Amino acid sequence: MSVAAGHRAVLDPELASPFPIAAEVELRNPQLRKNVAHAIDVIQAKRGRLVAEKTDWQQLRSAASAIRAHALENLGEYLAEFETRCTAAGGVVHWARDAAEARKIIVDLLRQENASEVIKIKTMTSAEIQLNPALEAAGVSVFETDLAEIILQLGDDEPSHIVVPALHVNRSQVREIFARRMGLPELSDDPRALTAAARNYLRRKFLDIPTAISGANFLIAETGGVAIVESEGNGRMCLTLPRTMITLAGIEKVLPRYQDLEVMLQVLARSATGERMNPYTSLWTGVTPGDGPQRFHVVLLDNGRSAILGKKTERQTLKCIRCGACQNACPVYRQTGGHAYGSVYGGPIGAILTPQLMRLEHAQTLPFASSLCGACYEVCPVKINIPEVLIELRAQVVDQERKQAGRVFDPMYLGMRAAGFVFMSAGRFRLAQWLGRAGLRLFTRKDGWIHALPSLGARWTGTRDLRGLPKQTFHEWWAQRGKEGS
Amino acid sequence: MRTSLFITCYNDTLYPETGRAVVRLLERLGVTVEFNAGQTCCGQMHANTGFRGEAFSQAKRLVRLYQDAETVVIPSSSCVAMIRDQYPLLFDELGNDAVRRDFATLLPRIYELSEFLIDKLGVDDVGAYFPHRVTYHASCHGLRGLHLGDRPFRLLAKVRGLDEVMLPNLDRCCGFGGTFSIKNAEVSSAMLAVKLQDIAATGAEYCTALDNSCLMHLGGAMHRQYAGMKTIHMAQILASTETTPAEVFA
Repeated sequence: MSVAAGHRAVLDPELASPFPIAAEVELRNPQLRKNVAHAIDVIQAKRGRLVAEKTDWQQLRSAASAIRAHALENLGEYLAEFETRCTAAGGVVHWARDAAEARKIIVDLLRQENASEVIKIKTMTSAEIQLNPALEAAGVSVFETDLAEIILQLGDDEPSHIVVPALHVNRSQVREIFARRMGLPELSDDPRALTAAARNYLRRKFLDIPTAISGANFLIAETGGVAIVESEGNGRMCLTLPRTMITLAGIEKVLPRYQDLEVMLQVLARSATGERMNPYTSLWTGVTPGDGPQRFHVVLLDNGRSAILGKKTERQTLKCIRCGACQNACPVYRQTGGHAYGSVYGGPIGAILTPQLMRLEHAQTLPFASSLCGACYEVCPVKINIPEVLIELRAQVVDQERKQAGRVFDPMYLGMRAAGFVFMSAGRFRLAQWLGRAGLRLFTRKDGWIHALPSLGARWTGTRDLRGLPKQTFHEWWAQRGKEGS
Repeated sequence: MRTSLFITCYNDTLYPETGRAVVRLLERLGVTVEFNAGQTCCGQMHANTGFRGEAFSQAKRLVRLYQDAETVVIPSSSCVAMIRDQYPLLFDELGNDAVRRDFATLLPRIYELSEFLIDKLGVDDVGAYFPHRVTYHASCHGLRGLHLGDRPFRLLAKVRGLDEVMLPNLDRCCGFGGTFSIKNAEVSSAMLAVKLQDIAATGAEYCTALDNSCLMHLGGAMHRQYAGMKTIHMAQILASTETTPAEVFA
């Protein structure tokens, strides 16, 4: 939910409300919905134009998908290669089994550095492991340097999009946050004034704080290098001025070869921000004497990823390059924004990723948070068939839930079981149609329409009427026609 | 040419006029229409809601039922998409070689209505007359699942008297999504509201589609809001002639 409403979203799947309930909260915030719809419509239109000018877009998608699939099929080898090369270049590679281990590694590294402050390049993976609260608890002040992340940090808010995390906040809300938190009551909402305020705020941090944390867009096995793409130059600053850089990356981020960037950077920029090329692409390999951070650590995070690798349908989830195109294309996300998903990963990719990273029971409403319209799959630059994975996860949720005793009387389960029984016989189907017609007649008004239904039906009739059942099914019409014809 | 009509469970129950229109239309075009009385449902609702076992049983049943059909025509894109996209996965996982083989021979004979008309019969002018302002809603399954492309527009373009108005944001979902409309009723309704605004802006008298599921959703809200416009399955438009106009439920 937005800053202006003064309610902080919960992006922890273990604590967040189920999607339908969290979504209702967002739907009651017209300003947020306006901000979200406007922002993604702008990005979508830009993406559409730039994809259309690429005559080989579908081939690029196929290539990107193949590169990612190949990397995942040989992930162990490529990670080992990355570790070897990165170490040889002067980096230190750490392996973290889960979020707690990753947080501990990073906190320990900061202790070794005697760091009381740290600057950060935008990293969604750090939000995944709830890094900032852990750092603050360890006495380290965290300063985000990405403009959107500054807005969220100063606004005591949470990211709602994986590429444009403050997409739900509009310009006048940004002005309000900056004016209040930077002590600039006269600040205008002119974008140039806002940017200048952010620059002033950031300049001292860049100059004074010698320790930085980043994520990674890609890890390159062949060279042991790390790639970051960004739009503001804050990443470049963090890779130039600090003494120490700690990079946190999911293990799936690895690419086999340096050359693979040729494909990946093309599809990423167009899909993410609707640009031919993103403004800043930083590539670094270990440590270079006299240039940039002289101490470099990479924390490779598993946190549930290796378990996904072993699953046939779900494995494709890990091909994701976090471009956010599925979020921008999603008609559900367009209404609710990202916070309703109760995780830093919102939208379609979040609906499949979060339940897999967490235990399914903490996110069992997420696979159902989709109308299965397929827009996400159509835009995905690495061809993740998100609807297919959603359906697979739905089946897993149902398999898990239907064993629970309490579900016996759940109207949804009763109805689905009954329908399953009915559909296996034409005779039973006709009987059910007859009973349905008789039952619904009680609710059908003189105009032939049903305006209100009880139980689950009320969720339909809350906003929609239902035409009363016709007197004759098609079956009955056909049978009658046969008799009349003969 | 013979074809077997798979009417689908909800058309049979809720929208029989769509089936009657398909029969009238295809017979007018010289096709012999058969109807297998054993049919019930393709299993889509169960599959999409996570009830895989039930979906598999229904899928197997459908394959058996239509084994001998020369062709099968289905006036619902989402049911055709279920058969094309999800049956292979279900049969891979739960089926045996026999059902996979039977399915492989059946699959190429299954057509969505506009595919049947344009690809199989090779007609886009079906001799229809429907003197109204109409906008076409592309259902997600027809658009992205079946890639129907310009087929619906080619059919509508040849309907005499019909004034077709393009619906903006054609690729955006109406928010139905089967049990999604119940499980996530609020979000579904918000998506619906956006779609209705686009439809209303066209000034059309009718919103048509190749899926009664979307039309049930849109029509239900139009009726609730006294929107002054109606929904109609494209089969009814195509079946309509000067002498026998479409049966329209007021």
